[in-house]
Amino acid sequence: MKILVAIKRVVDHNVRIRVRPDGTGVETAGVRMSMNPFCKHAVEAAVQLSEAGHGDEIVIVSIGPKVANDVILTALAMGAHRGILIETDAELETLAIAKLLAKVVEEEQPDIVLLGKQAVDDDSNHVGQMLAALADRPQATFASEIKVVGAGLEVSREVDSGRQTLSLPMPAIVTADLRLNTPRNAALPMVMKARSKPLAVRPVAEFGVDLAPRLTVEKISPPAERVAGKTVASVTELAAFIADDVAQMEAL
Amino acid sequence: MSVLVLADHDLGVLSPATARIVSAASTLGPVDLLVVADDAAAIAQSAASLSGVDKVLTLKGYLVADSLATQLSTLAVRYHYVVASAGSVGKDVVPRLAATLDLMPVTDVVKILGPTSFERPIYAGNAVQTVTDTQDKHLLTLRASAFRPAAGGNAAPIEALDGSVQAVARLLSSDRTESDTADLATAQIVVGGGIALGSAENFQLVENLAKKLGAAVGATRAAVDAGYAPNDWQVGQTGKIIAPDLYIAIGISGALQHLAGIQGAKKIVAINTDPEAPLVKLADIALIGDLFEIIPQLTAELDRLGVKR
Ligand SMILES: Cc1cc2nc3c(=O)[nH]c(=O)nc-3n(C[C@H](O)[C@H](O)[C@H](O)COP(=O)(O)OP(=O)(O)OC[C@H]3O[C@@H](n4cnc5c(N)ncnc54)[C@H](O)[C@@H]3O)c2cc1C
Repeated sequence: MKILVAIKRVVDHNVRIRVRPDGTGVETAGVRMSMNPFCKHAVEAAVQLSEAGHGDEIVIVSIGPKVANDVILTALAMGAHRGILIETDAELETLAIAKLLAKVVEEEQPDIVLLGKQAVDDDSNHVGQMLAALADRPQATFASEIKVVGAGLEVSREVDSGRQTLSLPMPAIVTADLRLNTPRNAALPMVMKARSKPLAVRPVAEFGVDLAPRLTVEKISPPAERVAGKTVASVTELAAFIADDVAQMEAL
Repeated sequence: MSVLVLADHDLGVLSPATARIVSAASTLGPVDLLVVADDAAAIAQSAASLSGVDKVLTLKGYLVADSLATQLSTLAVRYHYVVASAGSVGKDVVPRLAATLDLMPVTDVVKILGPTSFERPIYAGNAVQTVTDTQDKHLLTLRASAFRPAAGGNAAPIEALDGSVQAVARLLSSDRTESDTADLATAQIVVGGGIALGSAENFQLVENLAKKLGAAVGATRAAVDAGYAPNDWQVGQTGKIIAPDLYIAIGISGALQHLAGIQGAKKIVAINTDPEAPLVKLADIALIGDLFEIIPQLTAELDRLGVKR
């Protein structure tokens, strides 16, 4: 069985980002970058499936600039077998990303494609679902548990009302939520070994996909600031504040 | 400009989010509200009462992405906009529908600036993107919490459509959280608890205070991961987005990813031992101290003041 995992390099999730004053975007120069956390859970899920005898080969694909090699190396160190970087310096829309991934799926014919449910930069939460449409495969998004059952998968998903379990035939697309697993930190020997694993760098033009953006981002602005509040000294004061607020609410 | 809105529902009841999506979507044009359910009759009745709805359409089926996207792609031909709530169904199906129609969706919209202009938060709400969509059809998900609900009192006609599609993925089971508290995404008051509660039993302190205030219960990822609260109570970047009039955060530090879910709250109260916690800094009112002492006292004091909802 072959598992393909798509991963994204993003501004590290612990960094407090800064919006550029001219409205053109978020400052990324000199900012720490790392693998999108949800993608890390997807990689870990693939490695665990493989360790349980369900994956002979794990292929990692990332789309981005040359430096995105570093997140592929991280995934290889976690236990994946080979990597593909689709190299582009352009910021692509999710639909273009999904189209590129659909080409890779066509070439690689994986039984399972795993992705993070969303990237913590644009917070889109699109690509897995789009890829599922383009590749005409069933999908299970926001997965918190994946089981291989016969020729299919049983996936528990985190939904608005709690949890839901879907059964889907393979090949299938699954997007990872945070409670799916705890991603491992690769030990140094694995990191060394990752460097000798195959990593193909392919220019984006090779795929013949129309990458022109469909939407225009007019500007990126900082969110509205909250006015700083105050600290009260006693429960009595706090209760009075809450009682007052609730009373006003009812007056609405 | 015609608009198709996908209704959210659970256990045969129209979800409170739908009234908000309808009110927002009706600023774009007349709304047809689609109810996809095995038994749509009761849901369609409440859907028809929402003001701004021209017509309710019902379709037999399940909210499973693959079949639902196929059904919606057939219907979409007749509309300029297809709109869903940015809940778990909308997030699941709208991007799939978009790729089927070769369109780029605009999702998690918090403000409609005009027919083709929308605001959506990025970077866990630390930046806001203004997007223009000039495609000939627009696929949107909206954050229900950012919009006011539509009024009732309407009696729109209900029309049953055929077009059942077999889903490839099959629903095996649903594990839902039994709770009589308010709907988190649309509640007027939310009481949230963090990892500091220490156990599922202790988390009842939060639930009891919520009950007294007629509030919904929220939790941090850390509290959910520890098993103190169910996953559908999680508030934040990965959980639900809330915009209550009042949010009471108990033993919550205020990590970026949690704050992502509460930016729409009008007033924030924080109870924390740490005066430097980001949520304390952000709150309108903070009380520094041990929640295990404060919450019972607060509950008693609210009783004394006669606060009850
Ligand atoms: C990709 C990603 C997505 C995430 N998404 C979410 C999300 O959607 N929602 C979310 O909540 N988190 C999310 N997180 C996790 C987030 O980063 C934090 O880890 C989490 O919010 C912390 O939860 P907490 O406030 O309960 O715990 P902590 O950060 O440990 O804070 C506990 C707080 O309790 C206080 N405290 C301790 N004892 C007491 C006491 N006796 N009385 C009063 N106060 C006390 C402490 O001072 C502290 O401020 C995400 C993380 C990542 C990486």
